[in-house]
Amino acid sequence: MLDLLRLLSFGPDGWGDEIAQGALLTIELALATLPVGIAIGLMIALAKDSSSAILRGLGNLYTTIFRGLPELLTLFIVYYGGQMLLTELAEHFVEGAHVEVNQFVAGVVALGLVLGAFSSEVLLAAIRAVPKGQKEAAAALGLSGWRTFRLVTFPQLWRVALPGLSNNWMVLLKDTSLVSVIAISDLMRQTAIAVGVTKQPFFFYLVACLIYLVFSGASSVVFGKLEDRAARGFKRVGGH
Amino acid sequence: MELLHAIGDGFLSVVGHLGLNTELMERYGPRFLDGVWVTLKLVGISVFLGALLALPLAVARVEGGKFLSRLAFGYSYFFRGTPLLAQTFLVYYGAGQFREQLTDIGLWWFFRDAFNCAVFTFTLNTAAYQSEILRGGIQSLPAGQVEAAFSLGLSRFLAYRKVVLPQAIAIGLRPLGNELILMIKSSAIASVITVYDLMGVTRLAFSRSYDMEVYLWAAVLYLLMVEVVRRVWDVLERRLNRHLLISR
Repeated sequence: MLDLLRLLSFGPDGWGDEIAQGALLTIELALATLPVGIAIGLMIALAKDSSSAILRGLGNLYTTIFRGLPELLTLFIVYYGGQMLLTELAEHFVEGAHVEVNQFVAGVVALGLVLGAFSSEVLLAAIRAVPKGQKEAAAALGLSGWRTFRLVTFPQLWRVALPGLSNNWMVLLKDTSLVSVIAISDLMRQTAIAVGVTKQPFFFYLVACLIYLVFSGASSVVFGKLEDRAARGFKRVGGH
Repeated sequence: MELLHAIGDGFLSVVGHLGLNTELMERYGPRFLDGVWVTLKLVGISVFLGALLALPLAVARVEGGKFLSRLAFGYSYFFRGTPLLAQTFLVYYGAGQFREQLTDIGLWWFFRDAFNCAVFTFTLNTAAYQSEILRGGIQSLPAGQVEAAFSLGLSRFLAYRKVVLPQAIAIGLRPLGNELILMIKSSAIASVITVYDLMGVTRLAFSRSYDMEVYLWAAVLYLLMVEVVRRVWDVLERRLNRHLLISR
């Protein structure tokens, strides 16, 4: 047992520092994907809420595709497809050019596309949960469009959307493990390297699982606080 | 056989007219069908066994004493809080590490096969999610249901079998359908441990041909599977819950 724990030490003999670096990259990847995914999700939600049938159709098509495809397949299509597409484009300008797509960027794009599809559903429900009268009242008070959004619509939308977005974040955190397949040195990949050298797969993958558990535990604490804060102006039935 | 060949030739000519790569399709098409079959088997077995495991887990969460309910909670917390990929590696490579012990207790034959490891992991994983859905269903029932069952003289077991679980499953039908769809998507992870499911076949075909088209076939096939399941499940749900829909 002690021998196993020694394998986790920081320094040249242990894998602690390598795994910590991987864990950090996992967090970085998830945090970098979050704004991309939410921005896509917001655009898709607005498209699905629009009065134009074409925009609504496109929004629904997007959701059907990226919610239905395995995340791993989306990742491969973005990574290899992006590489081929960009290489072909570059060959128009430079003879025999070859473009390498950065794996981190491919990961952010692929996970962002998926997160966009799932968060658009959450955001759409939240947009629709804010009654029209709120906007009209804001207009009657003479608030500008932007101030209406910032002061009236958004705080209410945010409260409704948070639990769903928290769910999306947890799924994203776990989905980041897939990028290890295209050789990003995230937590999963660093663990695999440690396993390759030490021949202790059970121990190291268990450690990786526990790190993911700590991440999701910490996330639920943060989201719990955010949800309490977002609901501070809202009295629940039963009042607590 | 001749008919099958004729259908195949016809299909290939349609593919050709659509501007797709006929040669590639002729070469890997049958393998893709095999891949679809492996994916369906993988998901079907795992979700079915997972459902069998989810029932006692959900009941343990609600009825089990302090110890049992916490154990069931810990189980579901672990499997829902960690990536399926990590769980799959834990089982597949972990089993390899304990080969001698597994041989001693006569289980090595099972874990030496990547497909079995995938089924094993997916079953444990989906059982955790399904048990959460069922628990939610059970706890959303009014207490009067169980009280009425008891006052009719039903034992706790019978009350669950005849009164509580049928209603809990009816409430959970929609999320259970979602879980089935999520499993179809997640099953692509099996390709990472050398299972030739649809994703595995796709990766093989791509590594040999370097033609992006194979990924598009896979995308179409996955979307088709997901859409068919979604629609069939919708019909199933409406049929099973028709007594609830009428009263609305």
